[in-house]
Amino acid sequence: MSTLVYTESKLVPEDAVYRETIPAGDGWFHPVKAGQSLRIVDLEGNQAADTFFFNEHDLTERYSAQDTIREQASIYLTTGTKLMSNLCNVMLTITADTCGRHDTLGGACAAESNMVRYSLDKRFMHACRDTFLLQMARSGLPVGKRDLAHNINFFMNVPVTPEGGLKFDDGVSEPGKYVEMKAEMDVLCLISNCPQLNNPCNAYNPTPIQVLIWTP
Amino acid sequence: MTSTSTPTNVRPLFTEGIPGGAMWSMRIPRHRLVRLTALDAGANVSALFYNALHPLDRLNLPDTLKALHTAKLTRGHILMTDMGHALASITADSLGWHDPLGGHINAAQVAAKFGLHNYQRYRNDFYRNARDNFLIELSKYGLGLPDIVANVNFFSKIVVGDDGRMQLIPDHCPAGASIDLRTDMDVLFLLANCPHPLTVAGDYPRVRVQIEIFPCDPPGPDDYCRNFRPECGRTLALTERLYL
Repeated sequence: MSTLVYTESKLVPEDAVYRETIPAGDGWFHPVKAGQSLRIVDLEGNQAADTFFFNEHDLTERYSAQDTIREQASIYLTTGTKLMSNLCNVMLTITADTCGRHDTLGGACAAESNMVRYSLDKRFMHACRDTFLLQMARSGLPVGKRDLAHNINFFMNVPVTPEGGLKFDDGVSEPGKYVEMKAEMDVLCLISNCPQLNNPCNAYNPTPIQVLIWTP
Repeated sequence: MTSTSTPTNVRPLFTEGIPGGAMWSMRIPRHRLVRLTALDAGANVSALFYNALHPLDRLNLPDTLKALHTAKLTRGHILMTDMGHALASITADSLGWHDPLGGHINAAQVAAKFGLHNYQRYRNDFYRNARDNFLIELSKYGLGLPDIVANVNFFSKIVVGDDGRMQLIPDHCPAGASIDLRTDMDVLFLLANCPHPLTVAGDYPRVRVQIEIFPCDPPGPDDYCRNFRPECGRTLALTERLYL
């Protein structure tokens, strides 16, 4: 694996205007205004924070994984990555990253994809896609399954081999690692703190994450 | 890599040539064989797939790639929806690599790469782009921008380095390259015969692509794609539940 670059933030938690802990299996749907910084902390290590964004003022504009990786010509997200929308606008920019690498190829777990990936009897396990759908349904906003595209998996390590294989490697995150991003437009951030129990990515032990917001 | 999967003496139910820059869509019943052939070198076909009866059940490339442990598409692979269903199985492929990563080109990117060629001046040789083509075709089915998700680029290859860098491989597709897709459900299939967004071609590519549809047997227990990985068997089993 190539060398990971770590970038610390100068922001201190005491100055944050918002702080919340999200238990594994729970969701979070919250605005982040242009200029604000959002930090996601992997409190106990190797926890997948499945994350998606909408333009708060035009919900048809949303995070696009393909546009993000193509415009930076790299599959990994880290400091400097511009998170692009489906209209090829910059939604947020990653400004600090003590983990070094994040995935946006693997998507979110779902009851249906668990059936395909693991076994047909996995249908009744909790999954990220259900958290996303519930958060959107509860919000009262005109967003739903149709508006949900492919997300970011913060703290997950999913390399591609030169032969075109996709690997789910051991995590590169640890307790307290974080990623921080500055909103370039008013966004709604949708997070599912992944409840996956079928995959060793989180050592079969989903754990809490923390979100913090700073206003400049 | 393999050659085609149907006998050459089977006559297609349908054949159409798609000019460079054009769009195309069709509702195709399940258990048909759809063959795409690059009539010229350097093809790129951006493609989207939906369950024709329920378009919220639609292509999900992250789900497809993680189920198959792949970042390319070739024979044996099955394109899956976000609801675990099989849209289409790749039953033959002369190229060995089709791109699921690069996305599709929009109007601004076409103008930046090739200049502005509008209809007023260039008539039907104006430069079309995949995004607008998708929007036009989707509108015909009551669909639109929210329905555009990550797409496949048939005939293109992106390799990824150790450091994650993505590179489009030039000259990947010779004239005559073809791929066969067996529909595993009734699908809405949209394609845009437009340049790959990472193309370094100097002129707007005008690559002709042929689409043919053949009759096809349902996949039996010994079907190559069904047995390619256990995940393939499970997605086909889930899809068969749509037709109980």
